Amino acid sequence: MPIRSLSSAVRLGAAVVIFVAGVWAQASGLIDDFLFYWPDVQYLAIQHLWLTAVSGSLAIVVAIPLGIVLSRPSVARWAESLMQVLNVGTTIPTLAVLALSMSFLGIGTLPAVFGLFVATLLPIARNTYVGLRSVSPALKEAAAGIGMSPLQRLLRVELPNALYVIFAGIRTALAINVGTVPLAFLIGAGGLGELIFTGIDLYDTVMMLSGAIPTALLAVVVDLVIAVVAFLVVPRGVNPARQR
Amino acid sequence: MIRLDNLTKVFDTPDGAVVAADHISMEVPRGEICVLLGPSGCGKTTTLKMINRIVRATSGKVFLDGEDTSGLNTETLRRNIGYVIQQIGLFPNMTIEENITAVPRLLGWDKARYKARARELMDMIAMDAEAFLKRYPSELSGGQQQRIGVARALAADPPVMLMDEPFGAIDPINRAVIQDEFLKMQAQLNKTIMFVSHDIDEAIKMGDRIAIFRQGKLVQYSVPDELLSAPRNAFVESFLGEDRALKRLNLVRVREVVSGELGTVNPGDTLATARERIDAHGYRDAIVMVDDHRRPIGVISRDTASSRQGYCRDHTRGLPAIVQLDDDLRKVASLMFAHDTTWLPCVDETGRLCGQITQRDMTHHLGSRYRSHRREPTANGEQPRGD
Repeated sequence: MPIRSLSSAVRLGAAVVIFVAGVWAQASGLIDDFLFYWPDVQYLAIQHLWLTAVSGSLAIVVAIPLGIVLSRPSVARWAESLMQVLNVGTTIPTLAVLALSMSFLGIGTLPAVFGLFVATLLPIARNTYVGLRSVSPALKEAAAGIGMSPLQRLLRVELPNALYVIFAGIRTALAINVGTVPLAFLIGAGGLGELIFTGIDLYDTVMMLSGAIPTALLAVVVDLVIAVVAFLVVPRGVNPARQR
Repeated sequence: MIRLDNLTKVFDTPDGAVVAADHISMEVPRGEICVLLGPSGCGKTTTLKMINRIVRATSGKVFLDGEDTSGLNTETLRRNIGYVIQQIGLFPNMTIEENITAVPRLLGWDKARYKARARELMDMIAMDAEAFLKRYPSELSGGQQQRIGVARALAADPPVMLMDEPFGAIDPINRAVIQDEFLKMQAQLNKTIMFVSHDIDEAIKMGDRIAIFRQGKLVQYSVPDELLSAPRNAFVESFLGEDRALKRLNLVRVREVVSGELGTVNPGDTLATARERIDAHGYRDAIVMVDDHRRPIGVISRDTASSRQGYCRDHTRGLPAIVQLDDDLRKVASLMFAHDTTWLPCVDETGRLCGQITQRDMTHHLGSRYRSHRREPTANGEQPRGD
């Protein structure tokens, strides 16, 4: 079994490297350096998550109904052009959006939440729209044919069948959101960006990393949490992760 | 009972108005299956879908059991009509149980009642409730899915069903099985059914009546035998195909053609007796030998009877084949070709010999309809052929 022994050798090697790195980090006092920022990291991470939670849930609450409305046959004529407008919206760099919202809303949490909200809106709206549009016409006809009202069709057939795609949109959007929150520091909203940008300015690598590493970890954790929620919420029959 | 009164659908397209259904008037009596048949784009599906308003009629009315449906709310109307479509359209997010109880739940049945109904329906379509109710549509084969589709349509026991090429997407072997099962169910349920098909053989098999559509118009509406023996015009004739006389074989049962008188011999009779009877009945080649219960067990050929001595039991040949009273003539013809014979003995449900069926009888029976039509080509005030 050469492949198997090779991969176990690689795994062993990785473990050794990590162990050596750990020993080195401890010996050089790097861990103590990081721990120095621990109270800051805790405080800023909560601020960071709060910005994500507020802007993200606002985006979800607005984008899903928006996607639903755009997917209705009666607005089909304008839906694509409206989607293009939203698309243009995302091509504007988030930093520019933050700068623009700062010039209207001033400095602090409010413009940051607004900027993040705008950046997060589109992937969710787009996936809701596409998910609902791609529910097969036969399914909609069957739902209508057995006598479901338009609202029943939406709630019992269309949304459950589009849910997996909608969740994919939420995952993408929140990953973007968590990754963008550090920029909010630049307009005075705090978050882990405070450690990152200050660290860069002071050429203090440890300070910068104590902001950057938790940011990366938060992004991974948020993504995992949404994946778990999607796993539990999307009905088993239309959940690729739960097919036998 | 379904009655359509001047039902018309005009689609507005960029190239101008297209009349998809042009003043369709017809009536399906209670408990019958009416097959709407025609080439694609002929208006049959549009006509069907106007009944449950999936397509809104431009003008005209639909009556169900004598009641004008135009006053009914769309959801109420649809909940009282079973609907089966070719793409099946099971809801993939729901279990089989949730799928087949969809209409009862919309109607607000209590849980115990619709759960019991789900089991009853699974029995009806011969699927194991325990094994399937908790599963999802994606875990079922196409044939199983369409059985569930039919069960869903039957769930609230609607008097009327609309079926849009329901078995079109199923492979031929399974299709025949499902058709047979469906007919068996229909024999007990007596639903009034409109059934869209583009397959003439399916129409003949399933339909009590067949409506032929062409370019939005109803061209001919009659029982299958009449359709096949007296097509209204050249279009219907060509649509039914050159072999339409053979297709009629499907429609006629042995019961209608069998001739009762049949001379027989017993195993204990002598060959001389056999010879006498063959001559007396004027049989060309053989006589059937039966046991004490009149069950056919063999034949004595004319040559054997005239050239040998002894008892019948020692000189029999095996029977070529036996037909049942409920077999259709298509099977009989096939057996005759396979065994190179022009006659076959026929038995009843208990296996007792009850007569024979000959090629002459079959030809004569099928021909009699053509002869009667040739005498009165404008029967029932219908237009003559070739309009």
